[in-house]
Amino acid sequence: MSTIERLPLTHDAIPDDRRHIYDADPVLTARDIGISFGRVIGLDGVSLDLYKGEVLAVIGDNGAGKSTLIKCLTGAYLPDSGAIHLEGKRVHFRRPQDARDAGIETVYQQLAVIPALDIASNLYLGREERRSGILGSVFRMLDKGGMEKRAGQSVQDLGIQTIQNMSQAVETLSGGQRQAVAVARAAAFGSKVVVLDEPTAALGVKESGMVLQMVKQLRDSGLAVILISHNMPHVWEVADRIHIQRLGGCAGVITPTSHDMGEGVAIMTGAKTVEDAA
Amino acid sequence: MSSTSTTSAAAEFSRRRQTPLQQVQHQLHGRPWLSPLFLLLVAFVAFFISTPTFLTPSSMGILLQQTAVVAALAVGQTLIILTAGIDLSVGAVMVLSMMVMASLAQDGGMPGLLALIIGVAFATIAGLLNGILVTRINLPPFIVTLGTLSIFTAIALLYSGGASIQASHLPRLLNVLGEGFGIGAFRLTWGIVVVVLIYAVMAFVLSQTAWGRYVYAVGDDAESARLSGVPSRRILLGVYTVAGLIYGIAAWILIGRAGAATPNAIPDANLASITAVVIGGTSLFGGRGRLIGTLIGALIVQTFAFGLSQLGVDQQWRVLATGVLVIIAVAIDQWIRKVKA
Repeated sequence: MSTIERLPLTHDAIPDDRRHIYDADPVLTARDIGISFGRVIGLDGVSLDLYKGEVLAVIGDNGAGKSTLIKCLTGAYLPDSGAIHLEGKRVHFRRPQDARDAGIETVYQQLAVIPALDIASNLYLGREERRSGILGSVFRMLDKGGMEKRAGQSVQDLGIQTIQNMSQAVETLSGGQRQAVAVARAAAFGSKVVVLDEPTAALGVKESGMVLQMVKQLRDSGLAVILISHNMPHVWEVADRIHIQRLGGCAGVITPTSHDMGEGVAIMTGAKTVEDAA
Repeated sequence: MSSTSTTSAAAEFSRRRQTPLQQVQHQLHGRPWLSPLFLLLVAFVAFFISTPTFLTPSSMGILLQQTAVVAALAVGQTLIILTAGIDLSVGAVMVLSMMVMASLAQDGGMPGLLALIIGVAFATIAGLLNGILVTRINLPPFIVTLGTLSIFTAIALLYSGGASIQASHLPRLLNVLGEGFGIGAFRLTWGIVVVVLIYAVMAFVLSQTAWGRYVYAVGDDAESARLSGVPSRRILLGVYTVAGLIYGIAAWILIGRAGAATPNAIPDANLASITAVVIGGTSLFGGRGRLIGTLIGALIVQTFAFGLSQLGVDQQWRVLATGVLVIIAVAIDQWIRKVKA
């Protein structure tokens, strides 16, 4: 289908039961993405392939360009050079809304939930559904019951047991539960790609476990997931492949089986190269 | 998900460990208008016991008539405060609109309907101007409306030459909201009916439409709302414009109520409207509150004024009581915002 040549994959570093994911073409490709801010180079020709049903982790030191890369992919920044293709079609995201409309949902680190609104309202914020008939078309009345029901379904699909009441205000939830709401929103509307920016950064052990479980759930439902994290054990637990950013470029793509955490960190900090470590 | 067995231990825990005070906090968090409603009932009982003439049909009719204008203004003020803004120009916009419609229609100069439409349009444009200054030039609403308060007041005075226009010089349409109908001794004016309609329409819009939801979202966390795809600036602009429109309708009600268009009518309209909103449980920090609370708040302020004047007490006690209520209301708001699940 697509005319974009794939980046090389080290198939033997991927477990047998996950290898079928890489039979299809990548859902999202980025080639030679470059962006600079004045005289500071943010990204220096970064390429990336993302496949349906995989979790691609992006790790890197502060200032390595993780966030910049993600912002280019999700429409927050417009890259100066390079090309992004979604399902083989060239895309130019000028605003986050463009990426969202194309099926790429982002869960921001600051979560972007409204504390005073209830869970269902937050899930549907910005894409409310109206009632059918004259109540919806003329009186613009929201289908609150329907949205609440479907919100409950979305949350349940992620296997979240601790949230029961969709009419509960988000401010009454714990940090992990808020994260769950943000992820559920992305999962409900992200038709192709979900990007999670440090989803476990502010959470305790148990809540992190819940969020990682959700990440696997997203992946198993056929979405392509990008996970940005500083937490190596979490990355090694859920990632299929790990993209390592270093100094604005890609230092290599490894897998949890091809390299261990220590080697990953060594590559990230420049102490080793992918070849040294392998 | 309906079965109770899936309820987590954490949920059970939080349910068991609530003290009565926490339960009150929880109730108020969901329904911030409960405490003003309680206060209103207490005030009614107290005045009923102390003044025999208070809880009579005619007194209640007068109380409602006195509340109407401030209650209408407070709807616009509620919208703006929900977005974490404030409008100090309410009274000025209303007076400007009132002087415009009265001057145009004076002594048959213009048909009443046309003058009314132009007057309300003036108020709407004044609101839009506030909105543009807030959203396009990114000035704080307090500063914008402090400025336009002076500007609109000055324009109204310059335009009218400071002179009042008596009802007898105006077409019937501009006075009609002061007329009414009685159910026995209980007299309602058409102005009160209009106020009730404004509340009904705006309560529907706020609670049942996406626009209403966005008003709360923008007020609670503008950045998160924007990231969620809410057109924040357009919502803010809309809020200021709708508020202006409501002030224009309030101007129409005021002519009927006062029997004249006077440039210095209701000098305390700004503070009275803010007081009604705050006592009604709407948070000055934005994102929380209900219109029903504002209606109760406006009634509380007027009930104190009316009841104390019937008791023959110095009006300054009313002013003092209002001040205490405002401080208590904001303190309660701060407390209920700290609610935990």
